[in-house]
Amino acid sequence: MAYWLPLFFVAVIGFSLLVYIILDGYDLGVGMLLGFADDEEKDQMIASIGPFWDANETWIVLGIGVLMIGFPAAYGLVLTTLYLPVTLMLMGLVLRGVSFDFRAKAETKNRSMWNKLFTLGSLIAAASQGWMLGAYVMGLESSLFSYAFSLGIALALPALYIMLGCGWLIMKAEGSLYRKSIQWARWTVFPMGVGIFLISIATPLISEIIADKWFTLPAAIGLLPIPISTMIAYAVIVWVLWHERILEAGFGWLIFVSLIIICLMSALGLAYSIYPDIVIDKMTIWDSASSTESLRFTSIGIAITVPMILIYTFFIYRIFSGKATKLSYE
Amino acid sequence: MTFDPFVLARIQFAANISFHILFPTITIGLCWILMYFRTRFTLSGDKEWEYAYFFWVKIFALTFALGVVSGITMSFQFGTNWPGFMERAGNIAGPLLGYEVLTAFFLEASFLGIMLFGKDRVSNRVHLLSTALVAIGTSFSAFWILSLNSWMQTPTGYTIENDVIMVESWWAIIFNPSFPYRFAHMFVASLLTSAFFVAGISAWRVLKNVEGPATWKVLKTGIYMAAVLAPLQIFIGDLHGLNTLEHQPAKVAAIEGIWETQRGAELTLFGIPDQETQTTRFKIAIPKFASLILTHDLDGEVQGLNEFEGLHPPVGPVFWSFRIMVAVGMLMLLVSWLVAYLLWRGKADRPVVLRMISVMTYSGWVAVLAGWYVNEIGRQPWLVYGVLKSEDVVAGHSAGMMMSTLIAYLLLYGFLLVSYIFTLRYLATIPARSITTLQQKGRDFQSSDDATGPKQLGGD
Ligand code: HDD
Ligand code: HEM
Ligand code: HEM
Repeated sequence: MAYWLPLFFVAVIGFSLLVYIILDGYDLGVGMLLGFADDEEKDQMIASIGPFWDANETWIVLGIGVLMIGFPAAYGLVLTTLYLPVTLMLMGLVLRGVSFDFRAKAETKNRSMWNKLFTLGSLIAAASQGWMLGAYVMGLESSLFSYAFSLGIALALPALYIMLGCGWLIMKAEGSLYRKSIQWARWTVFPMGVGIFLISIATPLISEIIADKWFTLPAAIGLLPIPISTMIAYAVIVWVLWHERILEAGFGWLIFVSLIIICLMSALGLAYSIYPDIVIDKMTIWDSASSTESLRFTSIGIAITVPMILIYTFFIYRIFSGKATKLSYE
Repeated sequence: MTFDPFVLARIQFAANISFHILFPTITIGLCWILMYFRTRFTLSGDKEWEYAYFFWVKIFALTFALGVVSGITMSFQFGTNWPGFMERAGNIAGPLLGYEVLTAFFLEASFLGIMLFGKDRVSNRVHLLSTALVAIGTSFSAFWILSLNSWMQTPTGYTIENDVIMVESWWAIIFNPSFPYRFAHMFVASLLTSAFFVAGISAWRVLKNVEGPATWKVLKTGIYMAAVLAPLQIFIGDLHGLNTLEHQPAKVAAIEGIWETQRGAELTLFGIPDQETQTTRFKIAIPKFASLILTHDLDGEVQGLNEFEGLHPPVGPVFWSFRIMVAVGMLMLLVSWLVAYLLWRGKADRPVVLRMISVMTYSGWVAVLAGWYVNEIGRQPWLVYGVLKSEDVVAGHSAGMMMSTLIAYLLLYGFLLVSYIFTLRYLATIPARSITTLQQKGRDFQSSDDATGPKQLGGD
């Protein structure tokens, strides 16, 4: 138990954060794109994320919550070291969360201000998350390399989110917004690809620990599926984007699904790089775990509620499936 | 007081949680009120109840959004400001917060989508069910977080190994001695706050001549609710105080401003506690009354602050906050009973009466904040009462860093609070649905903004 429970908790954290990046990723992405749309398209964009954004955001609360429950020492270390980006991210999330509601309810003359704050908040949140991810992969070091790397991810993660946002809109939007989404996706897909590529190269270059793990022989072959499936998924996106006929035939969802595969593969790769530490080179999973009794008590709750959450989340996505135009308040 | 990082961390945490609690207080209560509107509509088919639902669900959504985003800030701040708390008390605090996320947050956040946008996509029954699930979710949320907070006030069911707090019995932890009182008091506080909130805004709508039959239904609901709950709250508050006396005598001594342990202690209604001279100046007091309230005996013994040398809370803020809370509680009782009587006599539509109700719109906020200050400041210098001190768990950020983020938070929160209140005022002046539909039928009147809000897609 003392061995397996911490592992189970790490898996839950990883799973929650992965779901977070995909789900909140697309609505933050839509938020960042809002600035490029006209008024009518803006309403359609908001309608497409309206019923979901709040629940999407709850996945980060779960991820952070489980980190706090399972590994209080790591939670304290990560959050105090990343105090500034965390604060920025929170402010970004606050801004975009409230602007979303204010824009529809406040007086019309203020609406454009809330639209701008919505975009700004989404951008700040996405970039700070990128920075946090970068710093975390670098083992929370404070060196020039580590900062440069964090900066790189602070640019790349918003690009991924924008791509997810485009993928989402291609499924949900109609008319001019649909065509714009394809255009936005075509512009974003290459910078995003370059970003992922550079990060994959840079990580082992900067971190010896990670390099050792990836480039020793038997492991290296076993790991090949990760880069290969990422490349295939990427190729699918590019292929679909430049083949209108496939899009017309209703296969737009391929883009979103391929993006999910890319996220999943990156997450697996990252997990492999970090394991068995919880903070690279500072703490292992077992060093920082809570008492077995506390873990057991929470794991019962997780085992019961997480499947239920997944079921009702699925149910709600079903209810609001299809194009978003008809979504109205009452 | 110097602004060292410790003080700043406390101010920052206090500012954030004070901002946060404003919104849960309304959502917890308002959601049950919405549930009531929806049920009345389902049972009677009276469209007015449905109009009431859709007017208030928008305000609910806005309030909810503010609650969610400020709550997310809270869950990170345990780590950014009090890392030691999680390291020392994480075995207990972690699971309780975790259960809140698992059983409450997902439930609320997920079904909120259906509640707001789902009317055309699901049956009335599923819609009603979703409203109920959101209401249950908010109440669960209060359950877990108040359980944690109560445990920090009156810790039981734990042992300590190598400075780390370990679990002995979850039952004793969750249902710790002060929890039933705190949960009841806070839950009723939410209902009471929402009752005055809906009644106050409705009264304002009547004053602005934009009301419909639904507005009056809401106003009456709020007032009658308050008339029942205000005395109940005072009763629960009294029990809560007795429970506090048993477990945290220093807090009660600060509430009463009693310095020396004595028999037949007087009840200070007003006064200025002075920490330096350890006396309460300019006091107006009723002899023996404190002993009567606290021990139910005119000559009962009450412990004074001097018994807790160095370990009692700052007296002034606790003393004052308590009086503000009680004063608002009494005012609520007075206003709700008076207006209930006038409603019964059919005289409640006079402007003075309406103005009085609308002045009370945010009164619940004042009492709730005051109550929490009594509770939290009264616990100082302890974080976990008798076990862990606040100063032992603070993070080592520099004062400059804490100061700049504090200012940023304060600016952001100030801006949002002002926007919130102005948006409510704006929403409140939109003519009621029944008026606009009538006008439209009568002379094909094109209202620019119907009562259900701006006509755009899905923007709730
Ligand atoms: C008595 C009630 C109460 C109290 C004392 C607190 N909260 Fe709260 N909180 C709620 C009642 C609530 C709620 C009713 O469940 C909210 C408010 C509006 C909402 O959307 O949910 C919420 C939202 C909310 C959220 C967002 C949930 C979501 O994504 O849906 C988080 C992360 C927290 N809170 C965390 C905290 C923390 C860490 C607190 C203590 C320091 C805290 N809350 C005090
Ligand atoms: C929701 C209403 C609440 C309000 C208005 C509130 C208010 C405050 C205030 C004013 C302080 C600063 C006290 C001081 O420094 O003198 C404080 C501290 C604190 N409170 Fe609360 N609180 C609330 C709820 C909670 C809950 C639910 C928890 C935990 C579950 C909590 C945990 C803490 C902690 C950890 C501190 C910091 C340590 C300290 O200064 O003692 N609070 N709160
Ligand atoms: C008028 C009679 C009232 C009495 C005698 C009373 C009594 C108390 C006492 C003794 C406490 C402190 C408990 C502790 O810290 O251990 C408290 C806290 C509190 N009160 Fe009141 N109260 C009254 C009215 C109200 C009203 C009208 C509201 C709000 C609408 C309210 C909201 C709160 C809240 C939110 C707290 C903090 C949380 C808690 O400790 O329960 N109270 N009250």
